[in-house]
Amino acid sequence: MRQPADRERSSGFFITYKTKRSLKVFSHPRIFYRGANTKAAAGKEPMKAVLKTESSETTPDGCNRSLGIVETRYYTFAEPPGTLALESGETLGPVTLAYETYGTLNPEKSNAILVLHALSGDAHAAGLLRDEEAPGWWDAMIGPGKPFDTDQYFVICSNVIGGCKGSTGPSSVNPQSGQPYGTEFPFVTIADMVHAQRRLIDFLGIDRLLCVVGGSMGGMQALQWVASYPERVRSAIPIATALKHSPQQIAFNEVSRQSIMADPAWREGNYYETGQPEKGLSVARMIGHITFMSDQSMEEKFSRKLKKGHLNFNFDVDFEVEGYLRYRGANFVKRFDANSYLYITKAMDYFDLSGGKLINGRAVDTRFLVISFQSDWLYPSYQSQEIVRQLKLKRVDATYCELKSTYGHDAFLVELEGQTTLIHHFLEKTYLGPRNGNGNHQ
Amino acid sequence: MEIINNGIRPDHQVIFDMIEPGSRVLDLGCGTGDLLQLVARDKDARVQGIELDEHAIYECVRKGLSVCQSDIESGLAEYPDGSFDYVILNQSLQEIRKVFFLLREALRVGNRVIVGFPNFAYINARVCLGLGGKAPMTPSLPYRWYDTPNVRFLSISDFRSFCAEQGFAVRKACFLNGERTITFWPNLRALGAIFLLSWEEKKGR
Repeated sequence: MRQPADRERSSGFFITYKTKRSLKVFSHPRIFYRGANTKAAAGKEPMKAVLKTESSETTPDGCNRSLGIVETRYYTFAEPPGTLALESGETLGPVTLAYETYGTLNPEKSNAILVLHALSGDAHAAGLLRDEEAPGWWDAMIGPGKPFDTDQYFVICSNVIGGCKGSTGPSSVNPQSGQPYGTEFPFVTIADMVHAQRRLIDFLGIDRLLCVVGGSMGGMQALQWVASYPERVRSAIPIATALKHSPQQIAFNEVSRQSIMADPAWREGNYYETGQPEKGLSVARMIGHITFMSDQSMEEKFSRKLKKGHLNFNFDVDFEVEGYLRYRGANFVKRFDANSYLYITKAMDYFDLSGGKLINGRAVDTRFLVISFQSDWLYPSYQSQEIVRQLKLKRVDATYCELKSTYGHDAFLVELEGQTTLIHHFLEKTYLGPRNGNGNHQ
Repeated sequence: MEIINNGIRPDHQVIFDMIEPGSRVLDLGCGTGDLLQLVARDKDARVQGIELDEHAIYECVRKGLSVCQSDIESGLAEYPDGSFDYVILNQSLQEIRKVFFLLREALRVGNRVIVGFPNFAYINARVCLGLGGKAPMTPSLPYRWYDTPNVRFLSISDFRSFCAEQGFAVRKACFLNGERTITFWPNLRALGAIFLLSWEEKKGR
């Protein structure tokens, strides 16, 4: 998961500038890039989430208990002669999914929540891994007493296929050749990611998920879950997402891809022996970070502050915003595979559930909570409102709210108070049953 | 007649009594959802709210209600015909510019529409304007001329004529003066009115 730009807000981001750690050489695709930890500072800032519950676990400053040490697990399926059929017509196998679970599945298996990550995220959504200092990317939302309350719910998060955080992707070894797939890796779509997750949910013995939830690309997966398996989803929370990418969103992704592919180190994707296209990937990430912030949040965070207090009259970093972007880019290449970036951005661009494909025919009793953020210009509110329009057309139970925030697209990771209130009560209502307060029967 | 007051707003009680059990109900401008919660719980209704204010939406979600953020005038557009048994439009008609459009939309989306509005022909308002020479202020019209959100100034008689012109059948009408409902000379004596409307038979759209 990309790091929210404003996590270090209170103390200024420069404290997060750390000695550059060397890229760990990977010997197994599963642990590829796992070692590099760019989340160092994230856990140290006091959380902004203020959960207004009666929970005795809520500490005075609003922070809740952490999950403590968690563990990434791996599930492999589609082993020969089986394969996973992909939307492109190609097949993939064997397929490994990295996943983590938090909390306990109840005997009725009715309390399972699937959390879906964004473009550069991973299975490590909450708690602490043994060898890392920083908690998972949505630790503020998942844990005891938090909106995804692990005292009550069983929370699952899995890395997508095509990724590089333990699930099968272009950096995994192709069993046919014994070499990393590289660009031999078949194109995967959001639907393919979801079909793979369904296998994991089958494996975990869960018939019906209490909720599928995610922001950005995670929201696309949540929507795809409803489109593909409506009977297996009791509720969905798509956050800061869209039914399809606009030309503008595709354009940003295309520039990012071009940046990677223009780097000579990319070598048509066959760089696993020689080192990845760090320059191209870091520029791609810089573009990403610009789109995750808002004009206002950048002004508040950087203004025109100078790194050294004076102009350099050279092409080094003059402005803090330049330093920030370079820092983000440099850190990102330590933890993310350039080919995965290419494949996953394509999957996002291909995604299209517009024109009635979200709710396609079958009566759907899935409840929806749709959330967008006022200053998010990458996934503007009109795209969430389009989701809501589709739900109204099909008479699907829907709640929608645009939250006030100045953080841009990053808001879904950092603007926690409104999300906390909405998600906590929406989930509770879904879990405790449809007849309590608002009948959900047709 | 005195309304039995269980801490429920009199207009909410009147609307509540108009709704058949087990109905599908949409409240346009549902606020913090007090009425919807009541209808969902005690009438076993399937309810949906539309509200603009973010914090009011939080309150609704706390109550377990489903609410879509939207303004009243554009909130109905995507709902298919006959999606609801009742569409409630309480205490906001006087703030709406496209009144006719909205009521037609409400009668498309819902089989019945419940409209509640303040009566501008209430006796105190008449005295205020007619004798005092000042823009009326009453318990149901508590605003001064410069801070009122109201853009439509209608009386109970005005609304009756409007319904007759547009082909809206008045199924029920209830007139409120504080905690009491009244039947005698409502256009003079009632602070507000609540109408239950449908299309007139045969007339259709």
